[in-house]
Amino acid sequence: MIKVEWFYWLCGIFFVLIALQVLNDRTNPKRIGSAAFWGVLGLSFGYGTFVVNKTAPAWLLGIAVIGLAVLAGSGFPGKGQERTTTQAERARFADKFGNKLFLPALVIPVVAALFGAWLAKVKLGDGSLLLQSGSATIIGLGVASLLALAVGMALLRPRSPAVPLHEGRRLLEHIGWAAILPQMLATLGLLFNASGVGKAVGRVTDHLVPKGSLIAAVALYCIGMAVFTIIMGNAFAAFPVMTAAVGWPLLVTQFDGTPAVVFAIGMLAGFCGTLCTPMAANFNLVPAALLEMKDQYGPIKAQIPTAIPLLGCNIAIMYFFAF
Amino acid sequence: MWVLLAIAVVVVGFALRLNSMLVVTAAGIVAGLIGGLSPVKILNAFGDGFAGSRSVTVFIVTLPVIGLIERYGLQHQARKLIGKLTFATTGRLLAIYLLIRQGTAALGLTSIGGPAQAVRPLIHPMAAGAAERRYGKLPEKLQEKIKGFAASADTVGLFFGEDIFVAIGSILLITGFVDATYGLQLEAIDIALWAIPTGICALLIHGARLLYLDRQLDALAREARAEAKEVAK
Repeated sequence: MIKVEWFYWLCGIFFVLIALQVLNDRTNPKRIGSAAFWGVLGLSFGYGTFVVNKTAPAWLLGIAVIGLAVLAGSGFPGKGQERTTTQAERARFADKFGNKLFLPALVIPVVAALFGAWLAKVKLGDGSLLLQSGSATIIGLGVASLLALAVGMALLRPRSPAVPLHEGRRLLEHIGWAAILPQMLATLGLLFNASGVGKAVGRVTDHLVPKGSLIAAVALYCIGMAVFTIIMGNAFAAFPVMTAAVGWPLLVTQFDGTPAVVFAIGMLAGFCGTLCTPMAANFNLVPAALLEMKDQYGPIKAQIPTAIPLLGCNIAIMYFFAF
Repeated sequence: MWVLLAIAVVVVGFALRLNSMLVVTAAGIVAGLIGGLSPVKILNAFGDGFAGSRSVTVFIVTLPVIGLIERYGLQHQARKLIGKLTFATTGRLLAIYLLIRQGTAALGLTSIGGPAQAVRPLIHPMAAGAAERRYGKLPEKLQEKIKGFAASADTVGLFFGEDIFVAIGSILLITGFVDATYGLQLEAIDIALWAIPTGICALLIHGARLLYLDRQLDALAREARAEAKEVAK
């Protein structure tokens, strides 16, 4: 059986290689702390295998995770100077390669979907699944990325095999610590659950929703996602909170909703909130600044009349398809 | 009930724009302490949670190949293709851009759009150009309207397209979180497929509003002309 853990090790090795590159990057004013961030992250991906298998203590990883947060809070990881092609070179390359440039990228969704939809059901001779159950798409994504990279290398023929690693680092440094924020939020969800946050919110929402009303519960989850997202500016942060409070206890457990539908639509309801909030500055305020608008809320004003009916659509889709 | 303070930590921390990683960590510690977990148990929960949700961060394996094709002119090629399109009106141009942005985001090509990469250098000039051909020099009200809608076409297309692609943070967060917390085994692709109905609704609603924008611009231009005449008198 192909295990998803192999793939986490690939991610871990990628982060460790990035850390080594950063350590040697003299243009990065924060190279030591930055290398520490990516290095600890990479090692934690490998160590995580043993934590999941209960063969190593989890608290050690817990300390590492808090260490990562402290590093992020202290301004790490920082960026080095970008070593990539100039705009003029890119224009010339675009003329040379044309639409073939899209090909490597298209390999990713096609192969990942193939794994998720088809290989996920393939069984081995002994009757066990070829791919680890529940992880077929993730495994597919790993295979797809490697295939896409092979296609890209064959097509573009960069001068050294290290080029994609450098380019990957350029993008990763651009994202910075935000690359692991979703994983931190997922971790927070687990802590919320272990400490009874979900149960406490559930007691509050019991008073808000008429007993046994499915439509009221669906609306509470979707509107709650949107409102929390508007306040925090981030649907990712709203998701663990609202799911622990309403999505899981009420919609999935009590009303027997289909988890995939409930959670997918719940997140999208949060996105309706993102369209409306100045707290999501990089999506809503930065474009106004880039376009030199007089009214910095111009994009939000253009988006609110779409967000409100779309939130209604989400409530309807969840109500009709999840139950 | 005091455990709800942990949620307040998240809300206030994010609203105050403190470092999100610290906010999340603090909220976790607060939840654990109020919930009666011992310090070791809290550390264990951080470790178990982080190990169990590693799938959330696997999108990073796509970065080397995306960076590679960017190096060889991906954005330039996308700009060339979009620039070739010709449209009579602002609204139709933005509606087609919405469709392209959403479709490419659904295939994982999120980096070919964006306010800095596409809207400012390409989409907004094309949209404003189409309006100028129709109305002459644009009064400020029209300019602002076109800018706001050009930005919105990009954002709406991205939000409700990217969720159809499996290797995106929001999808992986959903599966990583519920798998680690509730012991489910959700396939990322099932979540992604359920983003399609909402994606279609977003395209229809925002697309219709972009097409309607042409009429709004007509009306704004008429008003502006009438005002100008008043002033001339």
